[in-house]
Amino acid sequence: MNSKFSFTTVIWREIWQRKSRLISGLLTITLGIAVIIGIESVTSVSKEVVKKKLDLLGANILVLPQATSVDDYYSADIDAPTFPEEYVERIATSMLPGVDNLSPKLSRRIKVSGYPIVLTGIMPSNELASKPIWQASGLMAADLKLACATSSNPSDTTRLDPSLKRATIDSLAATDVWVGSMVAERLKLATGGGVTLEGKKFKVAHVLPETGTVDDNRIFAHLHSVQQLLGTGSQTSAIEIMGCCSAISDGLLGKLRNILPDTRIITINSIVNTQIETNKLMSKVSLILLVIIVVVGSIAIGNYMWANVEERRKEIGTLITIGFTRGRIYRLFLTKSLILGLVGGTLGYVLGTLAAMVLGPQLAGLTISPIPIYLLWSLIVASTIALVGSWYPVYRAARLDPALIMQET
Amino acid sequence: MFTLENLTKIYQHRGEEVHALDKITMEIVQGSFVVVTGGSGSGKTTLLLTLGGIIHPTSGSLRVKGASLYDYSSNQLAAYRNRTVGFVLQTFNLVPYLTALENVMIPMLLNRDLEEEPQNRAANLLDQLGLSSRQHFLPRELSIGQQQRVAIARALANDPDVILADEPTGNLDPKLSLEILRILKDLNQKESRTIIMVTHSPAAVEFGTKTFRLDQGRLVA
Ligand SMILES: Nc1ncnc2c1ncn2[C@@H]1O[C@H](COP(=O)(O)OP(=O)(O)OP(=O)(O)O)[C@@H](O)[C@H]1O
Ligand SMILES: [Mg+2]
Repeated sequence: MNSKFSFTTVIWREIWQRKSRLISGLLTITLGIAVIIGIESVTSVSKEVVKKKLDLLGANILVLPQATSVDDYYSADIDAPTFPEEYVERIATSMLPGVDNLSPKLSRRIKVSGYPIVLTGIMPSNELASKPIWQASGLMAADLKLACATSSNPSDTTRLDPSLKRATIDSLAATDVWVGSMVAERLKLATGGGVTLEGKKFKVAHVLPETGTVDDNRIFAHLHSVQQLLGTGSQTSAIEIMGCCSAISDGLLGKLRNILPDTRIITINSIVNTQIETNKLMSKVSLILLVIIVVVGSIAIGNYMWANVEERRKEIGTLITIGFTRGRIYRLFLTKSLILGLVGGTLGYVLGTLAAMVLGPQLAGLTISPIPIYLLWSLIVASTIALVGSWYPVYRAARLDPALIMQET
Repeated sequence: MFTLENLTKIYQHRGEEVHALDKITMEIVQGSFVVVTGGSGSGKTTLLLTLGGIIHPTSGSLRVKGASLYDYSSNQLAAYRNRTVGFVLQTFNLVPYLTALENVMIPMLLNRDLEEEPQNRAANLLDQLGLSSRQHFLPRELSIGQQQRVAIARALANDPDVILADEPTGNLDPKLSLEILRILKDLNQKESRTIIMVTHSPAAVEFGTKTFRLDQGRLVA
């Protein structure tokens, strides 16, 4: 027994006495909220993951010749037309904030022992950093990195998705190559071995781990060696820039386009675009569901409260004889539906969160933890549903004519 | 206690007027045991509910201790129902999911001026009506006579001056009827409460100190 008998006791007692009928009304709210919370939990984690990926990648920018077709960020530079290597210096001397780790590239498809590979010339970072032009401008690569680190968060590299991260190569001798995992496997290459490219012998300095991208089919050599080998002169087919996310949103792309008007500048965002699209879709789906659930839930609760009011007509009459005002009857029923809303919201939150935690890793490969603020939203949405749904039945209960009720006995 | 002058209640029923009460003029003295009789549909329940502050009359005046009842605000009327009068109806109108004790306590929840502790008071009332061992029973677990006694205990919750009873013995066998009538008589004689009781039963009429007879909304005796 309750220690103190109050109106709240009356409401609880009534709810418990008729709990079987309560279940359908409550179930609608609970399941509705559970579905939304489940979807929202997964989506919010997924959004979080995308954001982290973008941050960690430093939102790479790719500078390509105007004529290049761009379908895939990773293969955009292969066999593309070229532009002068001097563009690297143009970017470097412009001292744009947010530009870090410039890396020019030249890629061509060639055959090695009859097997097609992509030969990519790159500039090792130690050579870039010591380029005279960089020193002349009074900036070291390290300074650039430092300036960048404050705005983005590159320290958190542990969660970096390896398939999206490109190896930066610190130093590379003119006769050394780094080979992708697939090339190494096909051509049976191992670290320390040799490989002949276009008639010139190179030493395999390193076999790269598998990335699942076109990089696995590449052989990386020094940019100048590749230029010599292919006879292109001082040309590159792409410049990769590590830029900061915040700088990119501050219009870095536009500034780069001003400096290099005859190029095409794209970002790595396209890589994670599918995931972003999925998230947008999920947000839409959950918004539509929210509307449906508010409508269906309100109808279910309204239905339940209507039946409840009908069933309690005589009781309402009794309460009036005892001294209840209409306002008090109003409050009695509205408090009851508010309790239903709060209970339904809490249960829905718990159920939805549990579902997301169990299904998230299986269906979306995401680890999901409870999002406490969603409890608040669940409670708000569920109480709104309950109050909206029961407004009319309760209004009717309070307006019941006692003269009529009394005649019904 | 009650002064009625030309009290009239007209119901609108499918466009037709039903004169449930037709210019009733009467005086009900404090401390009396009034019995209201009359055929079915003669307006007895309507009269009782009007005296109880539930049905607003169409015209005429109703004064309670000199004050015009239907000039009260709805809150004042609710307080009047809560404290000045207590209802005992034919079907006992107990709240089905509350125990006997809780049913008796509900009117007390609305009464801020109550001096006694509600639970004690409710237990004492049930005790007086011989229900001390049934405090925690739900209405459906009680016999019909016991249910009516709980209803009487609840009518007494806030120590009202008046008990309004609408065929309180209508559903009871003769023996139980007598038991309830004796209780009402005691409330009238020992506690000097005004009792206004609607009844069909000739045996019940005997208990009254004053009898009013209604016929088609009119007072005939
Ligand atoms: N809400 C209402 N709407 C329309 N007519 C009503 C309403 N309530 C009562 N009446 C009519 O008013 C008249 C008086 O009804 P009332 O219930 O007061 O009679 P009664 O004397 O209590 O009858 P009974 O002995 O059968 O209980 C009846 O003709 C009834 O049909
Ligand atoms: Mg009647």
